[in-house]
Amino acid sequence: MSGFDETLLDDADETVRVRFVVNGRKVACEVAPRETLVDCLRNALELTGTHAGCEMGACGACLVQLDGRAVHSCLMFAVQADGAKINTIEGLTESGVIADLQAEFHHRNALQCGFCTPGMLVNAHELLSQIARPSRDEIRDALSGNYCRCTGYEAIVDAIDAVAKARKESGGGT
Amino acid sequence: MKARAFSYFRAATIDQALDAHARAGDDARFIAGGQSLVPALSLRLQAPRLLIDITHIEELRGVRREGGYLRIGALTRHCEMLSEPLIAEFAPLLHAAAPFVAHPAIRNRGTFGGSVALADPASEFPAMTLALDAEIEIAGPSGSRRVKADDFFVELFETALQPGELITAIYVPLFKADQRFAFDELARRRGDYALVGCGMLATCTGERIDDIRISFFSVGNTPTRVKGAEATLIGSRLDAERIAAAQAALEGDLAPPDSDDVPPAMRLHLARVLLGRLLGRLGEGA
Ligand SMILES: Cc1cc2nc3c(=O)[nH]c(=O)nc-3n(C[C@H](O)[C@H](O)[C@H](O)COP(=O)(O)OP(=O)(O)OC[C@H]3O[C@@H](n4cnc5c(N)ncnc54)[C@H](O)[C@@H]3O)c2cc1C
Ligand code: FES
Ligand code: FES
Repeated sequence: MSGFDETLLDDADETVRVRFVVNGRKVACEVAPRETLVDCLRNALELTGTHAGCEMGACGACLVQLDGRAVHSCLMFAVQADGAKINTIEGLTESGVIADLQAEFHHRNALQCGFCTPGMLVNAHELLSQIARPSRDEIRDALSGNYCRCTGYEAIVDAIDAVAKARKESGGGT
Repeated sequence: MKARAFSYFRAATIDQALDAHARAGDDARFIAGGQSLVPALSLRLQAPRLLIDITHIEELRGVRREGGYLRIGALTRHCEMLSEPLIAEFAPLLHAAAPFVAHPAIRNRGTFGGSVALADPASEFPAMTLALDAEIEIAGPSGSRRVKADDFFVELFETALQPGELITAIYVPLFKADQRFAFDELARRRGDYALVGCGMLATCTGERIDDIRISFFSVGNTPTRVKGAEATLIGSRLDAERIAAAQAALEGDLAPPDSDDVPPAMRLHLARVLLGRLLGRLGEGA
């Protein structure tokens, strides 16, 4: 009945092999069970665009796309993501799906130090894929879990609002 | 900070999960969305030997009608409370509460079963199971049972769940045509835990309230039904006088704890304000 092997209990310090598809490429890593996904992405896979801030779900700097949804990579162990499809800010950049958001962030000074930016972009990308033309209140609401210590948020809301409008006018969704 | 080392096991069935828990001598934790457990592990508030991933157990998924109930699988994510049509139609109070639970990315992973199991007194969903007269389905080594929400929340972060038991689903009585609901909370910022929050479900004949269940969160050690306030409303029409009587009854129903940032008198005041607003909206819903 059980797939549980008790010897596993003595292996807490041993690494296990996990496989995922990261930014369209199949990868395998050796991770300790306690290693968070953000650490695995940054250290083993050297994808340092995903930032580790608070490491407890409060700041949003670590957002990635997991099986199509924005999630905090600090609130997940890499072993939990075994078999998942992950897109980090590097992959989203490469594929061009957020090029207009990035250009607008740049154009409107919606970043200064840039620490929060990858998380803001992952979040904004998901928002615009769900609501084509969000109100400013809806944008602020969606960003409520993303901290920015530099910009004061106004320019970030402006940028997302402008992209939503531009996409709508050009008739495209995402 | 990083979690202490643990072993990880991905369970494929309920039986596997229960068995693994028992064989780890209950020095184990089930992990669902991980949105509360991972921070607790990272801060080393908890340090189990074994983490049992329950998110791949098919039996814990899905939302469907079963008799007079909506059966909501424990793994139903907070975001599905917003997107699932059956929930909007048959459990609209949960649908209304969902946007207030955390932030979008946390709602993408956090689960209904995890929220109810944790029983955070500041959480929206545990309190709403009380207002809805829901039943919690629990699987354990000695079989499966159903516990009424009224009997489930025992003390601060303490529930009817015994170590090694798993919530499999939550059963919510189907919303009916003669019912009305209202939900709201007062928070410093959107997405923050509420200073005070409340949800209610009433059954009416025309303007008369035949039955009402009102549940508050962020007011004490557990989600709290306000039975004194409920009693002032049952059998009456919702007019200004009745609403004032219900508000006055809160003093006997609630005993907010002393906390650094919100004194008890302020919390009680906010609870009265919120109750007045929600009963007003319930009346307009005629
Ligand atoms: C920044 C932040 C803000 C938040 N804001 C809010 C908020 O405003 N309102 C709110 O309600 N919540 C909030 N949360 C918490 C979030 O809603 C959690 O998702 C939820 O409380 C727990 O669900 P989970 O599936 O993530 O559970 P997990 O974290 O996986 O587990 C929590 C606990 O429940 C146990 N457990 C999980 N599933 C089961 C089951 N089926 N049977 C038995 N035991 C189980 C676990 O062993 C663990 O002890 C917030 C979290 C963060 C990080
Ligand atoms: S690092 Fe994940 S939310 Fe802050
Ligand atoms: S740009 Fe510095 S934190 Fe946002």
